[in-house]
Amino acid sequence: MIKIKINGQEQSWDGDPDLPLLWYLRDEAGLTGTKYGCGQALCGACTVIVDKEAVRACITSINDVAGREVTTIEGLHPSGDHPVQKAWRQLNVPQCGFCQAGQIMQAAALLMDNQKPSHDQIREAMSGNICRCGCYQRIENAVHLASTGV
Amino acid sequence: MNFIENPKKLRGFEKHVRIEKVSRRSILKGLGITGGFVLAAPVMSRQALAYETGAGKMPHGVVVDPRVFVAIAPDGIVTIVAHRSEMGTGVRTSLPLIVAEELEADWTKVRVQQAHGDEVKFGNQDTDGSRSTRHYLIPMRQIGASARTMLEQAAAKRWGVPATEVKAVNHEVVHSATSRKLGFGELAADAAREPLPSIEGLKLKDPKDFRYLTKGQVSIVDLRDITTGRARYGADVRLPGMKYAVIARPPVTGGKLVSFDPAEALKVPGVEKVMEVRGWPWPSKFQPLGGVAVIARNTGAAIKGRDALKIVWDDGPNGKYESVAYRKELEEASRKPGLVVRKEGDADAALKTADKVIVGEYYIPHLAHVSMEPPVAVANVKDGKAEIWAPVQSPGGTREDVAKTLGIPEDSVSVNVTLLGGGFGRKSKCDFALEAALLSKELGAPVKVQWTREDDIHNGFLHTVSVERIEAGLDKSGKVIAWRHRSVAPSIASTFAAGTVHQAPFELGMGLVDMPFEIANISCENPEAAAHTRIGWFRSVSNIPRAFAVQSMVGEIAQATGRDPKDMLLELIGSPRIIKLDSVKDLWNYGEPYDSYPIDTARMRKVVELVAEKGEWGRSLPKGRGLGIAVHRSFVSYIATIVEVAVDDKGKLTIPRVDTAIDCGTYVNPERIHSQIEGAAIMGLSLAKYGEITFKDGKVQQKNYDDFPVIRMDESPLVTNVHIVPPGADTPPSGVGEPGVPPFAPALINAIFAATGKRIRSLPIGKQLEA
Repeated sequence: MIKIKINGQEQSWDGDPDLPLLWYLRDEAGLTGTKYGCGQALCGACTVIVDKEAVRACITSINDVAGREVTTIEGLHPSGDHPVQKAWRQLNVPQCGFCQAGQIMQAAALLMDNQKPSHDQIREAMSGNICRCGCYQRIENAVHLASTGV
Repeated sequence: MNFIENPKKLRGFEKHVRIEKVSRRSILKGLGITGGFVLAAPVMSRQALAYETGAGKMPHGVVVDPRVFVAIAPDGIVTIVAHRSEMGTGVRTSLPLIVAEELEADWTKVRVQQAHGDEVKFGNQDTDGSRSTRHYLIPMRQIGASARTMLEQAAAKRWGVPATEVKAVNHEVVHSATSRKLGFGELAADAAREPLPSIEGLKLKDPKDFRYLTKGQVSIVDLRDITTGRARYGADVRLPGMKYAVIARPPVTGGKLVSFDPAEALKVPGVEKVMEVRGWPWPSKFQPLGGVAVIARNTGAAIKGRDALKIVWDDGPNGKYESVAYRKELEEASRKPGLVVRKEGDADAALKTADKVIVGEYYIPHLAHVSMEPPVAVANVKDGKAEIWAPVQSPGGTREDVAKTLGIPEDSVSVNVTLLGGGFGRKSKCDFALEAALLSKELGAPVKVQWTREDDIHNGFLHTVSVERIEAGLDKSGKVIAWRHRSVAPSIASTFAAGTVHQAPFELGMGLVDMPFEIANISCENPEAAAHTRIGWFRSVSNIPRAFAVQSMVGEIAQATGRDPKDMLLELIGSPRIIKLDSVKDLWNYGEPYDSYPIDTARMRKVVELVAEKGEWGRSLPKGRGLGIAVHRSFVSYIATIVEVAVDDKGKLTIPRVDTAIDCGTYVNPERIHSQIEGAAIMGLSLAKYGEITFKDGKVQQKNYDDFPVIRMDESPLVTNVHIVPPGADTPPSGVGEPGVPPFAPALINAIFAATGKRIRSLPIGKQLEA
């Protein structure tokens, strides 16, 4: 039996310990905000925060996060008003929106680590997250805005 | 307009304005040859509107009826139906916003409800071809104005005053003479009993009174849900008892299953069943390829189970498809005469007598859509009925195809449209929904079919592969006197009909026969090319290779004649005029009447001049940097782009700045135009720098974002500026979603030439700038 804490709630799993966290979250726990985009940690759509670090849930097994604390987009802020989320809305970042949960989680993790990232640091830190619609200019500006106060 | 107690019950109202019912959706629909022409409620008379669109000729035409699209609850909440699919363009916001504008509704009291697939009720729902605003600006205004008129009539009756004395203003109807007011909610029940006003008699708002349209201050309706993880895409649908499936499909188009061994797959924890999925022979439009499905309690288990399957395939007739050899075939075909599809003067003779002939042979390989959300669908088929949840661009077509595939009547099929995690044309093909329907029927349970990224790349409907060969003949003064353009590419029509070797009018009309230059001798030709995989629409379609070739050739001519590329471009476009294309048998013109949407070189010149001004064409740059320019008309819009590129001594390129000018006529939401054009620069850069799907032994060689890369933030332009041409009073709306992509690659390639002196004629750029 594997125990993990997701968005503050204790959960347990007695199935395949190698099951990727992504599919546990989406299909077993019903937390569909975390998206599948590639399955190979290439696109970042499945980014969640484990303890204080951004990880790709698609290549992280549920066993890897046993006893740890996982935060998904649903748990980032109780009312959805994390500075990153607010900045995203202020700059009308999304187009289709599918990659945005992963982008937001990556940005939130970046700001935990570096409260005032430069534009170069933002571009580097966010480059693991693909947006096929091409919202990068707004994502970059939104991360900057979140870091300077929304 | 409906009076409703609960907006969720909106579906119960089935009355609508219909003139005819189309008998079938021809498979030729997408080929620009509509199977049955339907004129539903026509748009207003020409005198009133000054333009007509091709909307009425789309399958099931247009429905203009406020009772179908608008519902008002007693608390005043207005529900407006969005009948087109949201894939990132903002259409789910823009179309209801148009209704709200004319209705005088307060946008904060408006809720948007997504229509299910039902074209008899809603009119055409195909969200493709950059058509939604173009076709629905006027109908949505009419719908809003009709509902407003009914509210005004109801208020006038209540007060016993003439309807001409009352006016709807911001969610209320007011009688200013007596200072009386009634809220929309208070009037809704009465208004629903008012007769529908005639479309011809409607009074539309004066654009100077617009509160929302053209302002760009309204955010997309799903913004909060998207940023909090609550937005529901196809993959997010969960039903009680739902099974999760992935499918192993034939790796070669036209291949089929010989045998499979499920033993190892069934040992994987969570795997419940392994079963064959019916496939159709190639080509068969959007029907499933067939294969072996693994059914499990979650997607992870299904994927792991599929990895353990042992399968023997028969690769079929395309087992030898190989990209290097195929390119040679296309190149050879482009060097010989082909089917003449436009002819003015005598280009062959003029090329023989020309002082100088410049030849460019341009190549663009297959491309994959790789929308962030791979294809996915949920189906629940039982008791002879099917319910589908899917991110489809064509809900109506999906409904028809599910009915046909299951052999049940269309009214036994309902299609719920989720948000689309990107579409780009891939989700105009509903094969993934058909797979889910087939599996659910056999399992007797709801099932979700999830495509992996690898499936998306291996079994998609790829952008074609093309060679565009252009020969330009110049006289002694450097004037271009002859233009011969041969376009060779397998056609999308090959996905519908075996033996297709020529491109369809809708492909020839994307930058080949509609080439706008003022040249005396022109020949456009289409040599034969056979397809060996499924070809489909990819955002901007044939405009990508055409703009790349034509606009690169402009750069080459400028180089040969020592002219400034922007001046050369304007000289080739020539005098401001409406182009006549008498020699073109079927000028598709994006399905639009030519009177409303002619090829107008004045508008093309204007976007070139605007982008040159705003983009500071001619500014001095340090060594290793260069500017490139390109213009293209597509989806009846005009777009010009300037790219600034920097190439370092190792050949690494960066994009300091992009400027794009767009003339899309009358528009709704400039904020979403900006986002579409910003995104188009990224997609254009992706395909120019990396985009290449290759085949060996009939199989796609790429598998994921590592070997089919797209642009990431660290490579994206530092800044993309968008400049919108203010529309003329009666300029019809035109496309936005697709037109931004085509001019990007040639502008970039021309910029690279300016920076380095290297002329790239084959995409992707890949390693061509290295060493």
